[in-house]
Amino acid sequence: MQVRRNWQLYALFAPVLLYFIVFHYVPMYGVQIAFKDFIANKGIMDSPWVGFKHFERFFDSFYFWRIIKNTMGIGLYELAVGFPIPIILALMINEARSGRFRRFVQTVTYAPHFLSTVVVVGMIMMFLSPVSGLVNSIITSFGGEPIAFMTEPSWFKSIYVWSGVWQGMGWSSIIYLAALAGIDPQLHEAAKVDGAGWLRRIWHINLPGIAPTMTILLILNIGSVLGVGFEKIFLMQNSLNMEASDVIATNVYRSGILGAQYSFSAAVGLFNSIVNFIMLITVNRIARKVSENSLW
Amino acid sequence: MPQSRSERIAGVFIYIILSFITLLVLYPLFFVLIASISAPETVMRGEVWLWPKELSFVGYERLFANSELMRGFLNTLLYTTTGTALNVLMTIAAAYPLSRADFNGRGIFTAIIVFTMFFSGGMIPNYLLVKELGMLDTIWAIIIPSAVSVWNIIIMRTFFQSSIPKEMQEAAFIDGASNMRVLLRIVLPLSGPILAVMVLFYAVGHWNSYFSALIYLSDRANYPMQLFLREILVQGQMQEMVDISDDSLARSLMDAEAIKYAAVIVTNLPMLLLYPFLQKYFVKGVMIGAIKG
Repeated sequence: MQVRRNWQLYALFAPVLLYFIVFHYVPMYGVQIAFKDFIANKGIMDSPWVGFKHFERFFDSFYFWRIIKNTMGIGLYELAVGFPIPIILALMINEARSGRFRRFVQTVTYAPHFLSTVVVVGMIMMFLSPVSGLVNSIITSFGGEPIAFMTEPSWFKSIYVWSGVWQGMGWSSIIYLAALAGIDPQLHEAAKVDGAGWLRRIWHINLPGIAPTMTILLILNIGSVLGVGFEKIFLMQNSLNMEASDVIATNVYRSGILGAQYSFSAAVGLFNSIVNFIMLITVNRIARKVSENSLW
Repeated sequence: MPQSRSERIAGVFIYIILSFITLLVLYPLFFVLIASISAPETVMRGEVWLWPKELSFVGYERLFANSELMRGFLNTLLYTTTGTALNVLMTIAAAYPLSRADFNGRGIFTAIIVFTMFFSGGMIPNYLLVKELGMLDTIWAIIIPSAVSVWNIIIMRTFFQSSIPKEMQEAAFIDGASNMRVLLRIVLPLSGPILAVMVLFYAVGHWNSYFSALIYLSDRANYPMQLFLREILVQGQMQEMVDISDDSLARSLMDAEAIKYAAVIVTNLPMLLLYPFLQKYFVKGVMIGAIKG
C-alpha cells in the first residue's frame, strides 16, 4: 500500500497543507464578512448578514469611478509598456555577440530588481525633488521651469510605470533569454544560407521560439492588471496626487486597516479578487483557443 | 560566414542601444553612491555628477548615531534569518513529496496550493486572522503568514524531478532506506544550486519587505529597517537625526538629504557586496523556473 509505505512523505507534507489551509483558505472563508456587518466581539461567524449592502455602498460611493479608472489605467499602462520592453531587451542582448559585454549588460540591468520598494520610491523622490533633485537641476540648467513631479497628478502614472521598467526590465528579460537559448542554432544557420537577414531571422525564428513563454507571461500579467503593485503606489501616494494614485488596494488599506471598516473593505477587496480571477480565466481561455498555449 | 554590411550596422546599433540602457540603469545607483560621500551642499548645488566632491561622511555619521535605526537593522537580521530558515524548510517539505510520482493525491495537493496563487481572501480577512491568532506585534506575524511561496515550491519540485536521477533514489529504496533518509542523504546533497537560489530569493524578500510589518506591528521596538527607511526616505521624518535646535535650518535640510543617500547605501550594502557572487545562482534559479512544471 503506497500511502502506508510513504507515510513519511505525508508527515512531511502535513505542515505545508496546514499552512495553506490556515493562512490561505481560512481567509477565503473569512471573506464572508463582506456580506455581514462585522462586529468584533461576535467574530466572523456570528456577525449578522447584510447581503450586498457594502458592495452597494462601494458602487455608489463618490470615489468608485476614480478608483476604478486609476486601477485600470495604471494596470493597462504598465502592461502596455512593461510587457514588450523586456522582450525587446532580451532579443537585443541575445544578438550581442561579445560574451563579456552581454554579461555586463545583464549584471547591471538585473541589479535594481534587488532594491526594496522603499528604496526605489525614496530614490524616485530624491531624483525628482523640485528643490534638490537631479532631474529638475537638469531642467533648470536648460532654462526650464522646475516640475513638482510627485505632487502633480498628471505625472503619477508615468513615474510609476517607467520607474517600474527601470527596476524590472532586466529581471523580466531573464526568462526570455532562457527561451531564446533553447532555440536550435541550426534554424538560424539554415535561414542564413537561405539569405534571411537579421530582422527576418528575429521575426521568423526568435519570436515564434519564445511565443509560448510570451503567452504564459501575458496571461499572468493580464490576470493581475487590477492587482497593481500596491506597495509601491502606497509609498508614492500623497494627498496632492491622490486624484491619480488612489487605487482599489490603497482604498482597502485606508478604510479597512486604518479606518477599521472591516466589512466594507473586505467587500472592496473581494470585488478586486473576483474581477482579477475572471480576467485570468477569460484570457487563459482565449489564449488556449488562439495559440494552444495556456496556463492550464 | 561573413556578415553582410546591413548586419554589421545592425550589430553596432544594438551595442549602442544596449550601452545606453545600461548607463540609464547604472547611473542613478552610481549617483546615490557618490552623493552619499560628498558634501551635501555640493550635491544641492548640482556640482556632483561624475565624481564625489569634498568628501564628507556626515550622512553616515548621523545614520549610525541613530539607535532606532540600528535596532531596526538587527530586527531585520532576525526576521531574515528565521524567516528564510522556515521558508526553505517548508519549501522542501512541500516540493519533495510533490516531486514523487508515487505520492498519492499529489494532483489534488498541487491544485490546492496553486489555486491560492490566483485567488485570495484579501488584506482584511488576512489581517483579522493574524489578529485572532494573537500574532499582532510579534515576530510570528512577520514570518508565519509568508511561510512558503507557491512559485518557489513549483521551481523546487521541477528541480527535484528533472535533476535528481530517479535510479539513485530507487536503488536506495531497494537497500532499505526510508523516504526521509533518501531526502536527507541523496536528494538534498544533490540540490546545492537550487537551495542557494531559494535562500537568496527568500532572504532578499525578507530583507526588503515592509508591508507586513506596517500592518501587523505597532511597537516601534519591533520595526524592521525598511519601516524606518520609509520614514527617512519617503516621509522625510528625521527630527531625531537632524537636530534643528543647534543647527541652522538650511544646514539641517542639507544633512537630511545626505542622510537619505547614506541610508540607501547602508541598507543595500550586504546585497551590493554579495551580488557578484550570487549572480550565477539567481540566473540559474529563474532559468529552472522557466522550464514549465
